[in-house]
Amino acid sequence: MAAPALLVEHLDLAYRTEGGRLHALRDVSLEVAPGEIVGIVGESGCGKSSLIQAILRLMPTNARIERGRIALAGTDLLQLDPEAMRKLRGDRISVVFQDPMTALNPVLSIGRQMMDIQYRRSGGQAAKRARAVEMLRRVRLPDPERRLNQFPHEFSGGMRQRIAIAMALMAEPALLIADEPTTALDATLELATIELLKTLQREIGCAILFVSHHLGVIAELCDRVNVMYAGEVVETGDIRSVFHNPRHPYTQRLLACDPARMAERSRRLPTIPGDLPDLVNLPTGCVFADRCPAVFEPCRQAPPDFYPLAGDRAARCYLAREEVAP
Amino acid sequence: MSEPLGAVGLVLVVAVVLVAIFAGVVARHSPIALAPIDRFQAPSEAHLMGTDNLGRDLFARVVYGSRIALSISLGATLLSLLLGVTTGLIAGYGPRWLDNALLLVFDALKSFPTVMLALALVTLVGPSLQAVILVVIISAAPSYARMARTQTLSVRHAEFVLAERSLGAGSGRIIATHILPNIIGPILIVASMDIPVVVAIEAGMSFLGLGVRPPTPSWGSILNDGFSYIRESPWPVIAGGLPIIITTLGFTFLGEALRDTFDPKRSGSR
Repeated sequence: MAAPALLVEHLDLAYRTEGGRLHALRDVSLEVAPGEIVGIVGESGCGKSSLIQAILRLMPTNARIERGRIALAGTDLLQLDPEAMRKLRGDRISVVFQDPMTALNPVLSIGRQMMDIQYRRSGGQAAKRARAVEMLRRVRLPDPERRLNQFPHEFSGGMRQRIAIAMALMAEPALLIADEPTTALDATLELATIELLKTLQREIGCAILFVSHHLGVIAELCDRVNVMYAGEVVETGDIRSVFHNPRHPYTQRLLACDPARMAERSRRLPTIPGDLPDLVNLPTGCVFADRCPAVFEPCRQAPPDFYPLAGDRAARCYLAREEVAP
Repeated sequence: MSEPLGAVGLVLVVAVVLVAIFAGVVARHSPIALAPIDRFQAPSEAHLMGTDNLGRDLFARVVYGSRIALSISLGATLLSLLLGVTTGLIAGYGPRWLDNALLLVFDALKSFPTVMLALALVTLVGPSLQAVILVVIISAAPSYARMARTQTLSVRHAEFVLAERSLGAGSGRIIATHILPNIIGPILIVASMDIPVVVAIEAGMSFLGLGVRPPTPSWGSILNDGFSYIRESPWPVIAGGLPIIITTLGFTFLGEALRDTFDPKRSGSR
């Protein structure tokens, strides 16, 4: 079997803050096979952005990876020198960011920006221009030749997001990281963008790591999903079984809170009571214990491991262990 | 441009620039030819602005003086911009310790009073064109550097910079193609408003004998010569003062009009 497009193993990441060490990621492991679309879902502050920054090695200066391994198609990213890592970005690994309004330089025409990021390619201006036009056509931007000379403010949000996608896929990377690319778009555009990503993924054959807090989008697009909570992956598995038969109490509650899945009308939207744990002073037991409806004795004593389940699934919960134990 | 004063400024600046370029055509006399017999003449058809204490044609001296005034003010401003913006970008984008060190340098340079600096510098290197330019650079570049640094700090964390970095752009590429175009506008406008100040610095230094050496015509030295002989004839002082007034007014009007046109905060009130 070929090396996975992305392999993250036992990643620990901490921020140095005034209050002390903040454990933003703990024992995060995930895998994206070549050509696969894998989702990461979780609420704000669960470590999604920290994980992306760690994979790209574009972390804030106060962040440190304390343990673990990140490999891109077999290359250990944490062992690369900064220059080699820079060469990889935009070539083998690319990103689309959340806010299409700010992800493009406002004072340069999009053609200029799209040609500029091809600096690694040989060939003249005309060839680069042709390549930019071709990419814009692939993301279904109408009249690309003319629009190449326009500035970001002359495009709508959806168009800008498609331009950002075109820029990210320009070098046909092995892995595209999509950081909530549809969150800033309205519902119809969201669907169109997902369809576009699916089509492009088939054409280019890249793997996609799709980050979102929107369960519906993840279900629509991804093959497998990783549910994150407070810096840990709490559940992983194929999309169908995780959504239909969630094993971690957090996943269960998260799904129950999705308005789109509610069976009947209610005056109040359901929430998960309680707050995220303090990541500077971690609880001794499971990080979800304080909010968990199924909490029992072992949860308070030591954090649970990531227990494998049948069907290539896993959950970080003592209940899951009970299940697999003979 | 909808500003009437701006239009006036533009006309004045263009006129001064044209005069400087075509000085040989505009002036019929040599600016340095002595004719002691014709000293202190009032304006006439032969000498449009009269003559000075050595009988030199004042009009020719004023016309050739514009070359000194413009080349120093534009040249020194450009050099200050180049130096200031480059160091400012480095301070704003580079690591924290470098930023702190450069800030210290900017502030130290800026804290010298211009006139004192000019006196001290000329004492060291002697009066010359280069000395004037150096004084201007030392007094102007730190302001541009500080502006560039502040603007860079606000742009460097913009999402498009992060997006470019994650697409593999290096620091040099980000500074040159993404940050610089975003920050240069306001700095250019401030620089255009600084040009009249530089004209005045050059004239002032030449007036004090710290600028270009005689017999090279400079408006400041014309003024100074006229000042010594004000009882004999008022024309040299007028001839030296008028172009300074016209040029500084022209650049000021133009600079303010540019600022008002490009400043989004001001355009709303009109």
